[in-house]
Amino acid sequence: MNFMVENLPYLLAGISVGGQYALIAIGYTMVYGILRLINFAHGDMFMVAGLMMVYLAADLPLYLSVPVVIILTVFLGVMIEKVAYRPLRTAPRMSIMISAIGVSYLLQNAALYATGGLTQTYPDIPWLSQTVEIFGANTKMVTVITPVLTLILVIGLVMLIKHTKIGMAMRAVSRDFETSQLMGIDINRIITVTFIIGSFLAAIGSVLYFTNYTGVMPTSGAMPGLKAFVAAVFGGIGSIPGAVIGAFVIGICENIIKGLGWTTFSNAFTFVLLIVILMVKPTGLFGEKNIDKV
Amino acid sequence: MNREISKKQRNILTASACLIVLLLVYLGNMLIPPTSGMSMMFTVLEKGAIYALVAVSMNLLNGFTGLFSLGQAGFMLIGAYTYAVLSIPAASRDSVYQYFDGGLIKFSIPEIFSNALGSMLGETGAVIGEYIGMLIPMILAGILAAIVAFLIGIPVLRLKSDYLAIATLGFAEILRAFFQWNALGSITNGSNILRSFSTYSTPLFPVIISGICIVFIILLINSSYGRAFKAIRDDEIAAEAMGVNLFRHKQWSFVISSFFAGIGGALLAMFQNSIASTPFTSNMTYELLLIVVIGGIGSVTGSIIGSFLFVACSEWWLRFLDAGSFLGMDFAFMRPGFRKVVFAVIIMLIVLFYRQGIMGTKEFSWNGFIVFFRNLPLKIKNLGKKHKKNTDIEKEAR
Repeated sequence: MNFMVENLPYLLAGISVGGQYALIAIGYTMVYGILRLINFAHGDMFMVAGLMMVYLAADLPLYLSVPVVIILTVFLGVMIEKVAYRPLRTAPRMSIMISAIGVSYLLQNAALYATGGLTQTYPDIPWLSQTVEIFGANTKMVTVITPVLTLILVIGLVMLIKHTKIGMAMRAVSRDFETSQLMGIDINRIITVTFIIGSFLAAIGSVLYFTNYTGVMPTSGAMPGLKAFVAAVFGGIGSIPGAVIGAFVIGICENIIKGLGWTTFSNAFTFVLLIVILMVKPTGLFGEKNIDKV
Repeated sequence: MNREISKKQRNILTASACLIVLLLVYLGNMLIPPTSGMSMMFTVLEKGAIYALVAVSMNLLNGFTGLFSLGQAGFMLIGAYTYAVLSIPAASRDSVYQYFDGGLIKFSIPEIFSNALGSMLGETGAVIGEYIGMLIPMILAGILAAIVAFLIGIPVLRLKSDYLAIATLGFAEILRAFFQWNALGSITNGSNILRSFSTYSTPLFPVIISGICIVFIILLINSSYGRAFKAIRDDEIAAEAMGVNLFRHKQWSFVISSFFAGIGGALLAMFQNSIASTPFTSNMTYELLLIVVIGGIGSVTGSIIGSFLFVACSEWWLRFLDAGSFLGMDFAFMRPGFRKVVFAVIIMLIVLFYRQGIMGTKEFSWNGFIVFFRNLPLKIKNLGKKHKKNTDIEKEAR
């Protein structure tokens, strides 16, 4: 019991960070499911959403700036797909991956230019950064909100994919790209929708994530991005519930490791987990089997 | 009028070109004062040579063996630290390792050699001894990187394309955390920088070292091993059917690539004069990958040209974009950092519209070089005539 009380703040922080990773991981897993592309730029988009919030909140009231940030991030995500990935649709997979790395490099440099390399202070969102007390542990409101909001969004998304026409089309495209095209599915439209959903969730994730931290830096998207990707791999890439579970596992473990005083290795743990899962079960928890054909 | 040059002539041409370049570097270093604007050229030359070595080693893996690995920064980190740890003079150790009681290692290999040869041969002996002493930790840097690569390779190389990329990226991150670990502080100095280790004093040193290493890689690529690598790249299953041991060849490619990345890291440590683990992030690997792409995946000469262009653009030619004025006009948007944005846009354009890079999968050859210049006047003459196709021009040239 004593152990629980001592570690409760870490556990709470872990659940909260896990929820934020989950929102990013969904973007990775959906894009990978359909395009077979690791969207290296996704983490940086998350960072750009944070920066846009910093700049917009300086001029606009909060109830306006949050929706504007979400809209702009969605727009950015769709534009990245249109400009950087669509022309390479028929190219080898390595080229698209390199293009994604190029976009990531561009976004980071653009952010470096915009901020001048200085850490930008994230605006206080009144209700979210309020302090609350849970079982005797003080924490921010956002810690409580994140898992709830994440679950609501994920359930909504799963409903969308399972029960709507566009969801059915998305499942079809992720199963077989070419056949679904022959069945009259407009692939470009489906991919655009995928990127809209991914960017939308990343924008919400960024609002929640950066509220917990003091500032946004051009490089602050890279680490959460990679971790979210690991979460997606852990859960079995292409599977949304898998990505969410993976994200919570990573978030909680990472914070417990921090609690044990191994902060240096909190990032490394994620990758150890990745390598272990790839060794033991390369398709992840809920991933489908991939068979190589000659 | 077929004047193909023979192999002997080719070798003579290559050797003389190398000598001329080295001579120019030497003379330039003697004649150009360090305060003039041209001194930037030497920064570009040194850093370009170092990046060329690492880019070529990455190309061996990504371009020639078809393994999409993103761990290069991690192996450079190992190399840089190994070199630095072994080369800090005993006298400076107390100040460098001030938080760790002067560190665990109390000797410096360059110093030992410098003292030994210095006592025998005097002043020049000390200098020669120091350079010999610098080579040994450099080779050790490569060997340690290779050993780590061997161990990492056992699990990782069984993975396919994207998973391999992420796993190697992950290992590079783990290595970075490892070097920052306080428990190893008496060796790695924790998260503090390592400095005041022996370094070169002439730009010839990195150029020659990376030149020798690149020659080794080229020889490897042209050997039977290199052909096996290419076979794996083109079709793994076909290669396996032809009797190529997939895993062993992948492992060799990975280990050799990491060995040279380690040496590149040691050279980078010397170039920077101090080393910390923070800059060796995934971004450094991305930069190297983009260099390989600019030069052409699967072309050694392409990677070399690519890295010099990359370094020259980012360190020198595009500097004016940060200065705030262009052609005498002032622009408010041209403030520090703008050059990097322009640069990234150019790279994106190359990635999107010029996918094969500068060289594609071709290599520089003297024949192609000579034919190009012989045809140049004809090409210029025919530039206006659109109806004349390139094939006609080539026919005329013959």
